[in-house]
Amino acid sequence: MEAAQVRYQPLWRVRLGLMRKSLATNWELFRDSKIGPIGLAIILFFGIFGALHPLLMSTVWDAAIYDPVTGYDFPTDAQLKQGLTHPLPPSTKHLLGTDPWGRDILSQLMYSTRAEFFLGVFAAFVTVFIGTLIGAISAYYGGFTDTFFMRLADVVMLFPLLAFLIVLSAMINLNLYTLAIVIGVIGGFGGITVVLKSQALTIKVKPYIEAAKVSGGSHLHIITTHIIPNVLPLSFLYMMFNVTGAIFTEAVLSFFGLMNIQMSWGLMVEMANISGYLVGDAVTKYWWLFWPASLSISLLCTAFYLVGRGIDEIVNPRLRKR
Amino acid sequence: MRKYLVKRLFQIVLTLFIYLTITFIILQAQPGDITNVYVLNPKIPPEVRERLREQLGLDKPLFFQYLQYLQNMATGNLGISFSQYPRPVWEIIKERLPRTVLLFLVAYLIYFFFGYQMGKLIAWKRSGVLEYSSTIIGSFLYTVFTPWWALLMLWIFAFKLGWLPNGKFITVEIWRNFRDISANQVFNLILIAGGAMTAFIFLSYYLGRRLGTRRAAANVTVAAVIVSVGAIAFLIASTTVGYLAADILKHLILPVVTLSTINFAGYMLLMRNSMLETIREDYVMAARAKGLPDRVVRNRHAARNALLPIVTSFILALATVVDGGIITETLFSWPGIGLTMLNAILSEDMPLAMGALVFTGIFLLIGHLVADLLYAYLDPRIKYS
Repeated sequence: MEAAQVRYQPLWRVRLGLMRKSLATNWELFRDSKIGPIGLAIILFFGIFGALHPLLMSTVWDAAIYDPVTGYDFPTDAQLKQGLTHPLPPSTKHLLGTDPWGRDILSQLMYSTRAEFFLGVFAAFVTVFIGTLIGAISAYYGGFTDTFFMRLADVVMLFPLLAFLIVLSAMINLNLYTLAIVIGVIGGFGGITVVLKSQALTIKVKPYIEAAKVSGGSHLHIITTHIIPNVLPLSFLYMMFNVTGAIFTEAVLSFFGLMNIQMSWGLMVEMANISGYLVGDAVTKYWWLFWPASLSISLLCTAFYLVGRGIDEIVNPRLRKR
Repeated sequence: MRKYLVKRLFQIVLTLFIYLTITFIILQAQPGDITNVYVLNPKIPPEVRERLREQLGLDKPLFFQYLQYLQNMATGNLGISFSQYPRPVWEIIKERLPRTVLLFLVAYLIYFFFGYQMGKLIAWKRSGVLEYSSTIIGSFLYTVFTPWWALLMLWIFAFKLGWLPNGKFITVEIWRNFRDISANQVFNLILIAGGAMTAFIFLSYYLGRRLGTRRAAANVTVAAVIVSVGAIAFLIASTTVGYLAADILKHLILPVVTLSTINFAGYMLLMRNSMLETIREDYVMAARAKGLPDRVVRNRHAARNALLPIVTSFILALATVVDGGIITETLFSWPGIGLTMLNAILSEDMPLAMGALVFTGIFLLIGHLVADLLYAYLDPRIKYS
């Protein structure tokens, strides 16, 4: 009769409760860092900004005019009378004006946001996936595996990624997917493995790993359920920094005109550049060709970096306030 | 120490070997061979392509090609550039690489100094408006879209204010009056003068330390700096070569400022983090308890020890800095190795592009070695075994 009085909670509920509790403390630390929430707000803004595009295209915006790649709008009579042709300055119809080919800048900006998010997150995910796996494996097994991957990381760390991608663009067709995979894989074998390995090493010597070994856990089981979950917070931190790197790299490659891509922020700047709108007075006179796209790249990169630093305050106990 | 050096050199040769192998694989991975680029070019008949194939050893089996490639790299025979036709690749790289090195060294010294100082101050006055704003601005600068920043610099300083030249390496209008002096001669003189000046300052610091106290050494160093700057100013003002050198240096300012502002922020943030960790060490508290002035504790006790992780990160960031250099060189038309590589790719000049890639790697490896030695010098706790 006594036993029935004790209320057994199912395991998932206990786990959920613990998770919520740790999430709450982490959120507090993240909020206290002050810079993290700013980054998160910018990311949310761009997330909504990008998600609005298909919505606007299917409701308010006419595809013939507002399509980011093939759209075209004729200047109105009033504008023609003033001697204005494309690129048109901002008006109520085109909030950020048009580019030299008569396409809406705002639409291009919104359309590109999705691609940037996809590229950044996908590349960072590949990097972190490979990095965590290799870091955990080389920490767990040690010996030759460890030496091999660490020396490899030394070489990869020395690799001038942008120079390499510039040369690579002459040989393979660099689009969003291939670029994300190339950046992700090269990043994954680089410095991130060294950092995650040293984190995994501190976990490897913990008593619960011994306990798992004694109770007959296989290598795979120990690596996947004991080591990797404990490395994940640090991996997540590096993921943020890698998103910044990937978005930046894509923008620069697009700016050099080496990407095979329909539309991106970097490409918008490049198109303004090759048609001569970034020389002298035109920088301010035709500001809508250059500033929105460049600022978007900078802001989104900064946002992910700031979030990374906010997470750093949680993950790295030495940074917490005195 | 010697054993360590030998070991490091051996490692670097091994790394270089792996690097060269990877570049070779990239080269082989493309369909066809290098001469296929010119299939549709009517100016290059099939016989010439055949000769080119023979010259490059492309008619031999893959393994021989690999050995040939390694041999070519070892002897500096990198082939002949397609876009600047009769010039060998090695000659172009020999001309361009020093320009990149100068750009990097000057920018590096500047941003390292400012990043170190700013990071130190921010960490010392924690949770002020200063820390908050400088972290935000620092993060923005660190992740800023480099082309935008560079174009903004050009627009403000070259176009609006007109203080500095609008990119490029020399002002042609000035140089055409002195036809018998080539830009490379003047540039080499700049390198020699800069090297001599640095050596002189270091030597006087060293002698000052041997002779007397820290303060005496500081005085001698300041005197040496004034003397050498005065000598350079005199040379610039009085000689023709000095006048032309000043023109090159004027073109150097904007790229250096751009490169410095971007990388400075990264170092500042790193220095801040590193400082925050050292501030909590016991010896810092002991120094404070002794009643040492705040400034002394900060500069001598905390900042010196916080410097070590920064040097480590310099090693890690070297590749990133080189990448940033490619962008900067391109936007300012500074004819260094980065601009050469990009132009080679855009004109499908594969020998030059591969040569530039290989030499960027070698440049990085040497930088890596220097940083390693610097690290070992800074931290006496490191054992060379």
